Amino acid sequence: MEVQAGKYDIIVTGAGHAGCEAALAAARMGMKTLVVALNLDAVALMACNPAIGGTSKGHLVREVDALGGEMGLNIDKSFIQIRMLNTGKGPAVHSLRAQADKKRYQEEMKLTLENQNNLSLCQGEVVEIRTSGGRVSGVKLATGEVYSCRSVIVASGVYLKSRIIIGEYSVHSGPNGLFPANRLSENLKDLGFRLQRFKTGTPARVNKRSLDFSKMIIQPGDPAVPPFSFLNRLLQREQVPCWLTYTNEETHQIIRDNLHRSPLFSGAIEGVGARYCPSIEDKVVRFHEKKSHQIFIEPEGLHTNEMYVQGMSSSLPVEVQRAAYRTIPGLEQVEIMRPAYAIEYDCIDPTQLKLSLESREVAGLFMAGQINGSSGYEEAAAQGIVAGINAVQYLRQEEPLILDRSDAYIGVLIDDLVTKGTPEPYRMMTSRAEYRLLLRQDNADMRLTEKGYRLGLAGEERYQRLYSKQEAVQRELSRLKDAVVAPSKRINEYLKGKGSSALKTGIPLYDLLKRPEISILDIVLLGELQDEIQPEIQEQLEIQIKYEGYIQKQLRQVEQFKKTEKLRIPPEMDYSKVTGLKLESIQKLQKLQPENMGQASRISGVSPADLSVLMVYLEKQRREKKNSEA
Amino acid sequence: MAWDDTITALATPPGEGGIAVIRLSGPESLQMAGRLFVNGKRRKVKEFRERYLYYGFILDQDQNTVDEVLLVYMKAPRTYTREDVVEIHCHGGMIPVRKILDLLLQEGARLAQPGEFTKRAFLNGRIDLAQAEGVMDLISSKSEEAARSSLQQMEGSLSREIKAVRDDMLDVLARIEVTVDYPEEDIEGMVGEQIHKRLSTAREQCRSLLKSAHQGRLIREGIKTVIIGKPNVGKSSLLNALVRENRAIVTDIPGTTRDVIEEYVNIKGVLVRILDTAGIRETMDLVEKIGVEKSRELTRDADLILLLLDASHPLEEEDMKILQWLKDKQVLILLNKSDRPSAIEPEDIEMLTDSTIIKTSMIDGTGLDQVEEFIYHLVYSGGAGPKNSVMITNSRHKEALIRAERHLGEALDALAASMPLDLVTIDIRNVWEALGEITGESLTENLIDKIFMEFCLGK
Repeated sequence: MEVQAGKYDIIVTGAGHAGCEAALAAARMGMKTLVVALNLDAVALMACNPAIGGTSKGHLVREVDALGGEMGLNIDKSFIQIRMLNTGKGPAVHSLRAQADKKRYQEEMKLTLENQNNLSLCQGEVVEIRTSGGRVSGVKLATGEVYSCRSVIVASGVYLKSRIIIGEYSVHSGPNGLFPANRLSENLKDLGFRLQRFKTGTPARVNKRSLDFSKMIIQPGDPAVPPFSFLNRLLQREQVPCWLTYTNEETHQIIRDNLHRSPLFSGAIEGVGARYCPSIEDKVVRFHEKKSHQIFIEPEGLHTNEMYVQGMSSSLPVEVQRAAYRTIPGLEQVEIMRPAYAIEYDCIDPTQLKLSLESREVAGLFMAGQINGSSGYEEAAAQGIVAGINAVQYLRQEEPLILDRSDAYIGVLIDDLVTKGTPEPYRMMTSRAEYRLLLRQDNADMRLTEKGYRLGLAGEERYQRLYSKQEAVQRELSRLKDAVVAPSKRINEYLKGKGSSALKTGIPLYDLLKRPEISILDIVLLGELQDEIQPEIQEQLEIQIKYEGYIQKQLRQVEQFKKTEKLRIPPEMDYSKVTGLKLESIQKLQKLQPENMGQASRISGVSPADLSVLMVYLEKQRREKKNSEA
Repeated sequence: MAWDDTITALATPPGEGGIAVIRLSGPESLQMAGRLFVNGKRRKVKEFRERYLYYGFILDQDQNTVDEVLLVYMKAPRTYTREDVVEIHCHGGMIPVRKILDLLLQEGARLAQPGEFTKRAFLNGRIDLAQAEGVMDLISSKSEEAARSSLQQMEGSLSREIKAVRDDMLDVLARIEVTVDYPEEDIEGMVGEQIHKRLSTAREQCRSLLKSAHQGRLIREGIKTVIIGKPNVGKSSLLNALVRENRAIVTDIPGTTRDVIEEYVNIKGVLVRILDTAGIRETMDLVEKIGVEKSRELTRDADLILLLLDASHPLEEEDMKILQWLKDKQVLILLNKSDRPSAIEPEDIEMLTDSTIIKTSMIDGTGLDQVEEFIYHLVYSGGAGPKNSVMITNSRHKEALIRAERHLGEALDALAASMPLDLVTIDIRNVWEALGEITGESLTENLIDKIFMEFCLGK
């Protein structure tokens, strides 16, 4: 029985971190949007660790926020601990990380979706994406309703044919006992997608009352760090600590003795796991010389006693898990509330997507999040907002938003997935970003808010804040260049105290700040600045002056990079017609259909000579076209 | 990958010629050349006139004269590539050409890829459409040629040493990056001091490689060539023929022993140092009397062995033996006395060896041209020498080392200025990239593989 149930511009399947951002972006940009999710109690579910951010992931959250997304605002509402990581290192790698109250995070996000104009939320399972003439025309739910729409965003997470494995036990299930989506996989195959099978896992949740914190090391939050969202000012809130403890030889022995019962080693798991998210059995086997591993105990929320045991992800049988956990100091009496498990699921080969995240197979079909082979809430949200924006651009018949590797971590993420594909669940890392000194978390607004504003997503308030920030930075920069500090007894004593050499003549404050041992705070303390400058402006001044040399270096690299990114390759190129290309390169280029020369250059095995030949060919095509038009 | 930076290359065919032309193309051509050039009065030229031939000198960093040259500046777009072009006309021969190219690389020019000038000419509209296919063929065939020759070079120990420095840089990067991406793991990070030490070592390695490559052992000392063969096979005649045809540079009788005579000859611009056993009394059979050990010693560090066989006599047991122990060496087999009725044909030997075989006669001069041609190609395709010697560098290796050395210097300066380690990685990445092959490998993937291989990470 089929029922015509309604008509939308855009339908999003899934309300996880990708689906929420996609749907909010679409609705905020004026499209009538429907979100269909398997279970509305699982909106923005944090199925694994109760934390947002971390190295490079914190950057992604800031970028999503700068474009006008929700993740930053939502974690600001619901964090129970916040820290800035890597403060001892350079500014490029400072990263925010927050512990979330999981339930609160979900409730806030769900409420935001519910309150959003143009947005409807409904519980159901999408089993079919309908097309007509190669374009999306609607979706069908398991219950028979058919919705028509012009664009679909698939953000189905780990739910496609998912299977949970705990030791010898396995069950077709989504995370946390939720239903899996068993039928959409086949439909995606019919639409022309190549599916892969990935695996991930999560540790046990344990009862706080069964833990002995006196045997652990307390890990408090930072007293005052900026929030995630550029819309928020410093948030003062009482914070909850995490706890650190360690595994030992006894733990490892139990794991070794029971390896034959682990589905990872017995072959019961076919999915490919991620190297950066190893189970404890992986760690013990691969790094057998390591006598102990760190375990962080993280709170799941303020209104629960459940604690997350970071570092003990496992797919061993429950009784082995219990025995192993109980060897860890502070966990001797531990009561496991939810056991650790491994989960396997279907995802697509992301090289079948364009840089806009639209499928090359079906017009109007966008994919975001774990379906594309990524992992992590932040990676999902980043793709979600881009897919949401580009679904709207598709309907508007306007150019898609494509962030490149020098614009944003989002650009690195999408380019990596789409250009290279991924053999394992993909996690963002700062090392993946070649231009990371320019892609800092502190300047995400300066990089992206204008783009978000022009698209009609970032609001007026964001734009005004950006504008005044940029203006203040420019003003103060030129002031620091002009303001000369004269040598005086007071100043030279101060400098001496800092281990800095005394001034003999007057120098601009700008130059003084370039000294490694002098910080912007020193300039403030010296009373050389006329007015009070906001901390965020101080930060910009300090970074832009101190690291000017390296920033210039990266800007020059980016200039070269941009030139090749601008050289577009027409869609549906027939590479077999290009004489002089290596056969291997023809095959790869044919399959991946890069959108520009830069993307082509990042395909492994495509040599500089191939690129030169290709450039000549494209120029030839262009001239032939011009001649025939003339 | 850059499309419009300043590139340089030798524009005339390599080898001995009266003059050689080095071409620069790109926006900084004039600035780069201008920094190295002084006029006849040894003054810097402030402003170069377009299409005007300047007489003067190229100076190195220490203001020593490298060569007396003519320089011409051609302004875009009226040039072959439609970019700014500078041509430097210097003396032919390898030494001035290589030195000037090195200086230009140090000024920041990039060695042109095969066919790159022509590619630019086409992309900038200088070459018409009909020739497009030709340009594409040129690029791919030239690149293949370059790839083949660089593949041969990869066997060399220079390549291995470069790779060792590169691997070390990857290791340093992995150790820095792992603490950046995993600040909460209990991994002992590297401190500035350790990194400083490893970067300094790498820089020293680059410098010493550059020094040996810079002068190029083969250029400095010549190709060490040993002539061997049984008595009366024509060894002295071969040496005399080569000396007679080519300008002998030095005749040297080293040491007190007259066992070995050393001659330097210049074959098509290649310096060849020939060690001849002609001085050994004729009754003394090299293989039998001195024995295999002595012959091994003589040929051990030879870049090329000329093995003479008497084509008018059938192969004997000991000929086989010689062929056998020369198997791993760079050998050219000469079937001499081809003017007489032949008892050995090249086909008889081909199954015993991979070496090139040439029929020669010292009486009528048959095959001498081919021998000279062979020696010349050996040097320019980079195949000369035993497999374990530091070979003449091809310019790409040198370019790699020059760039790497510069980036290492920048990294060390940054460390000295207390820059955070994660910023210094920008320079270290450049070192790695500079030392890379021309095959478009990805640093990030190598780096991430290394991180996860070496460290236990993750939740």
